[in-house]
Amino acid sequence: MRIRVQNEAFDLGAEVDAMRAGRTDIGAIASFVGLARDMNEGSGVAAMTLEHYPGMTEKALAKLVDEACSRWALLDVTVIHRVGRLLPGDPIVLVAVAGQHRGEAFAACEFIMDYLKTQAPFWKKEETVDGERWVEARASDDAAAARWTDS
Amino acid sequence: MTLRILYFARLRERFGLAEETLDFSGATAADLVRQLQARGGVWAENLAAGRTFRVAVNQEIVALDAPLPDHAEVAIFPPVTGG
Repeated sequence: MRIRVQNEAFDLGAEVDAMRAGRTDIGAIASFVGLARDMNEGSGVAAMTLEHYPGMTEKALAKLVDEACSRWALLDVTVIHRVGRLLPGDPIVLVAVAGQHRGEAFAACEFIMDYLKTQAPFWKKEETVDGERWVEARASDDAAAARWTDS
Repeated sequence: MTLRILYFARLRERFGLAEETLDFSGATAADLVRQLQARGGVWAENLAAGRTFRVAVNQEIVALDAPLPDHAEVAIFPPVTGG
């Protein structure tokens, strides 16, 4: 398992290669990359700054990866989340999950993202033509995370 | 008891404070919130009933009835928006 919180960009290909290097038991790797958009709430976004809670962030990410590992038989997980100032098009978050088959890899990847959205202490502040604004939490993100406890 | 309190994101900006050490005579997170509300102004406004915020004790999100241990690290922050 690799969990990193960093300012620097990441490379999806390099992370997936690192996951499968030297092993032949992995049959599937599902990955998700979240990107900074140039538009939100109907207005242009010139840049965003991601703040986090050092210490708790790493613990919260480890906890949700542990939870995924207890639900599915996973062979490896990588979670990378960037902090600091990002421009539209920049990658923000990467989740990659390796398993024997696609089913658990797809499911665990979506689970980790849904929980990260509601549990990991990151906050986005956007720069727009009207000034700076903190991004508000979305009810749809709570609903997405709740799906995993309702079923 | 003594608590170390951290504020993040919009609340840190509104309070003009990232961190403080506080003498606390209550028992729970809700008691602490009441003590902070009693400061009035931005504190009363942003921690009012009906305003949405989260409380973490020693880096775990807790409910407001959670007890606060001595020397706890308590963080108060808006709902998270990462990913």
